[in-house]
Amino acid sequence: MTEPSSDPWGYVPALESAELARLRDEYLLFVGGSFSDGSGERTTGVNPATTERLAGVPTTTESDVDRAVAAAEEAFRDRWSRLAGTERAKYLFRLGRLLQERTRELAVLETLDSGKPVKQAGDFDLPNAAAYFLYYAGWADKLDYAGFGPAPEPLGVSGQVLAWNFPLLTLACQVAPALACGNTVVIKPAETTPLSALVFAELCEQAGLPAGVVNVITGGAEIGDRLLTHPDVAKPVFTGSTEVGKRIQHRLAGTGKRPTLALGGNGTNIVFSDAAQEQAVQGVVDGAFFNQGNVCGAGSRLLVEESIAAEFVERVRDRVRTLRVGDPLDRNTDVGALNSAAELDRITRLVEAGEAEGAEKWTSPCALPGRGYFVAPTVFSGVQQSMRLAGEEIFGPVLSVLTFRTPQEAVGKADNTPYGLTAGVWTEKGSRALWTARQLRTGVVWANAFNGFDPTAPFGGNRESGSARTGGQAGLEAYLDV
Amino acid sequence: MSEGEQPVSGRERVTVPKTYKLHIGGSFPRSESGRVRTVEDAGGRFLANAAVASRKDLRDAVAAARKGFETWSGATARNRGQVLFRVAEMLEDRREQFTSLVSDAEGLSREQAAATVDTAVDRIFWYAGWTDKIGTVLGGANQVSGPYTSHSAPEPLGVVGVLAPRHSSLLGLVSVLAPVIAVGNGAVVLVDRERPLPAVTLCEVLATSDVPGGVVNVLTGDAGELAPWLASHADVNALDPTGAPESLRAELERNASGTAKRVFDAPAAEPDWNRDPGLRRMRAFTGLKTVWHPLGA
Amino acid sequence: MADSPSPSRARTTPGPARLPPDLADAARGGATLERFLHGLPGVDRVGLEQRAASLATRSVKKDAKLRAVDTAIGMVDLTTLEGADTAGKVRALAAKARNPDPQHVGAPPVAALCVYPDLVADAVAGLGDSGIGVASVATAFPSGRSTLRAKLAEVELAVDSGADEVDMVIDRAAFLSGRYAQVFDEIREVRAACGAAHLKVILETGELGTYDNVRRASWLALLAGADFVKTSTGKVAPAATLPVTHVLLQAVRDWRERTGQLRGVKPAGGIRTTKDAIRYLVAVHEVAGPEWLSPLLFRFGASGLLNDLLMQRRTQLDGHYSGPDYVAVDL
Repeated sequence: MTEPSSDPWGYVPALESAELARLRDEYLLFVGGSFSDGSGERTTGVNPATTERLAGVPTTTESDVDRAVAAAEEAFRDRWSRLAGTERAKYLFRLGRLLQERTRELAVLETLDSGKPVKQAGDFDLPNAAAYFLYYAGWADKLDYAGFGPAPEPLGVSGQVLAWNFPLLTLACQVAPALACGNTVVIKPAETTPLSALVFAELCEQAGLPAGVVNVITGGAEIGDRLLTHPDVAKPVFTGSTEVGKRIQHRLAGTGKRPTLALGGNGTNIVFSDAAQEQAVQGVVDGAFFNQGNVCGAGSRLLVEESIAAEFVERVRDRVRTLRVGDPLDRNTDVGALNSAAELDRITRLVEAGEAEGAEKWTSPCALPGRGYFVAPTVFSGVQQSMRLAGEEIFGPVLSVLTFRTPQEAVGKADNTPYGLTAGVWTEKGSRALWTARQLRTGVVWANAFNGFDPTAPFGGNRESGSARTGGQAGLEAYLDV
Repeated sequence: MSEGEQPVSGRERVTVPKTYKLHIGGSFPRSESGRVRTVEDAGGRFLANAAVASRKDLRDAVAAARKGFETWSGATARNRGQVLFRVAEMLEDRREQFTSLVSDAEGLSREQAAATVDTAVDRIFWYAGWTDKIGTVLGGANQVSGPYTSHSAPEPLGVVGVLAPRHSSLLGLVSVLAPVIAVGNGAVVLVDRERPLPAVTLCEVLATSDVPGGVVNVLTGDAGELAPWLASHADVNALDPTGAPESLRAELERNASGTAKRVFDAPAAEPDWNRDPGLRRMRAFTGLKTVWHPLGA
Repeated sequence: MADSPSPSRARTTPGPARLPPDLADAARGGATLERFLHGLPGVDRVGLEQRAASLATRSVKKDAKLRAVDTAIGMVDLTTLEGADTAGKVRALAAKARNPDPQHVGAPPVAALCVYPDLVADAVAGLGDSGIGVASVATAFPSGRSTLRAKLAEVELAVDSGADEVDMVIDRAAFLSGRYAQVFDEIREVRAACGAAHLKVILETGELGTYDNVRRASWLALLAGADFVKTSTGKVAPAATLPVTHVLLQAVRDWRERTGQLRGVKPAGGIRTTKDAIRYLVAVHEVAGPEWLSPLLFRFGASGLLNDLLMQRRTQLDGHYSGPDYVAVDL
């Protein structure tokens, strides 16, 4: 196997300028159509790749939640729900266009705030976010034809607590259908990644969106809980960990509100011996290490047919070796920084646990930056179904390898988890690919592919992955009284 | 009766009463607890002793439902439809019997009860026809931007816990049960103490209609006692709290949150079951599966 | 030849004797060859093309770009394959091959000059002792539609005239109709006729239809003793593409893994700009590995590419954009 030893020319860093992000020194909340400070103390946002200060960010108290919900409620009652679908559609269209126009700026901003590679932010997060708005713009005036009966009604104010792994994309996945259906929203981005949502507020202003239709507040878990359980929030939406999702469902019990929960996963790639090997390697590596593995649908487990396991895993390692870990602003970086010190700590402990359980650890010999929250891509082989690595959501750049002998065993092992979000299956035999896809108890199956994502294709899971679907006409259901 | 024995009177015959048991995994066991509860008609007349299911019965029922689900969800949609049509036929065939049962249970006139039974037959018939159509209505081709074919289809969630409506003993029951199984789930149905007899007799219909054992499991007894255990059971994938009194709803939902179960958004009060049910329940007890495959020669 | 190692002379000739048993079996030709080729893992078109597109977004700038440009210049098989080619045109190209950019010191010579067999002697004369190889197409290029006798006669003409490298075309008709053994035997015969000259086997991937076929043809050629697998004649569209080159690079990488032998890859046709060339180098780097970044193992079959590389080189060195009037245009 080829070692990356004598590199005749290599890549010099191809850095995106941080200035493209047009960072402000201080950011403000967006409530009722105007920017204002929060009533908590101001804090600072940090670049996880450098641990340096990015900008000042407001913090909030319950009173900020209350006024944001009140603004959204008023906007729902007096403006947004009275507006014809066609007009709402044009506002969504404007938001989609603005996202397209400011893609490069927002990609750099997202990278600075989250640690994800700028190439991915620019090539995946932003285009998909814009596509979501453009797609749902088209639904706003066609709701009668969405299959929920005539004239489905919006619910009211949707409180949305979003995730840090795809800050702007998860926003788009929820805000676009919410607005298309005639709801208004109060958005609370993740505490560690608030900037793109706060800049999205500027886009709303540029789009001329009626005041109060979109409100953005900052804050941590307590503010999130307050928002989701606010009596005037008709539709609580949470994107994030299963643990928190359960807590929210618990707190909302008996209120008559059905939260929309988009939770974690423990995705699996099943590789049969007849797979198109190169592409399977690519899919497995992408599945596990895309966005540093910080993907709810990440393929953090590899189930490979025993007869090809040794060679295949070797090839996976070879490919992982070529992943470039480092400065997220470098366009040649494949794997960026973890989002926070806490995440780095969590992954480190999980890796230690994997070793202690007896799995064989291999770590990419890539160089890591001297500061920032980086971890080298890691592959564990010899993982057994009983180990934590096989059962838990990993949510980091760690791949666990298990083997199987028969298709039935592969499906059984893949489904042997409380989650049910994504899976991949790799085989050149069509009937086997489709059989496996049918058997798997996940919401998404990529056959001979991984990570396909599109606003027209419903995405979401079963069991402890939460039952929400984003995308497609199914994505409207959460926001309609149907 | 051995030969030579005579009835008490020449004209009157003493009937052989039915023991109303549970329905688990296709069989009709007594409750493991041995407990029964007296069931009376609307006028307070003794009707029967119904089994009171225990937590052990509940565990058995969930395990049976998991097995039933594996079989049932693996059957073709057309086959599930044929079985449900058969259920409708068998129910129609027992129209008189169910009319009496419903009349007794709900205190309806025979006429009203018969109309209810007819609607129940029609409801099953309606859902039977849906089994092989719901996929095209709820799912479809996703027009993704890229060299892929992508389609989404509704799939059953697994085991669904159902709290049967407390008032409408047959039509209500059928209206909550049929959508759950039409789309391929296995069901564990808790039937509360007041009107359990039509439910148990419905199980006899199911058992003679080629519904595989375990697809529908019915536990009579004290729903309030068992429901929290059903809601928290980790091998139950969704919960329909329709028959739960409002006082119990919050607890059930809290219990369901332990495994992030889907809880059907059931109205607080029992609805008018004569209304067009729509797709809501079938949507609620399915999850879309989206499958992608690249297109390339 | 001069002291500078000629790219085409620096390598050992691979021999089937050193193959591991399964490959040696396949290299017997006939049915075992067919079984082997059909047992190769498939190629998923979409996945392959996505990876190729994704690697193509690697950014190579500044110093790395200058190094890449020089590396690329040294890999060019400067090619002229027109009916109107004359001794004069070949001489002009030879001069350019030896010193592509007289005004800027340090521009490396190209790897080889690639011509039709009857012009090999002119190329040899024009290149003198420069160490630059002379490559000749042969075997009824570009269609391959002739008898084996005629094909071998062409190879002999090229080799006798001093060609260091022979670029043969495979019989696509035989390949597509499943007569793998025929293709295999023909390559073997040509290989033998080449003597010391190195053999590049042109698969004409644009006519093979699927990536699965490209992979099979690559392995077939390697098994038959090709020193290089080459994508295209340049006379059929599509010629070289990034994904197809990925498949070839995978094949030589896997071949090395299985046999320890190094074989080369040559995309040809349609590579016109520095940007294109650098994308190919990124693919070489990441798919096969850094040691393939050498003219010994990677070549560009191109004509216009050289001028663009030279202009980019000037841009890097002079700090302003260059123009076509500042490089020798081949007419």
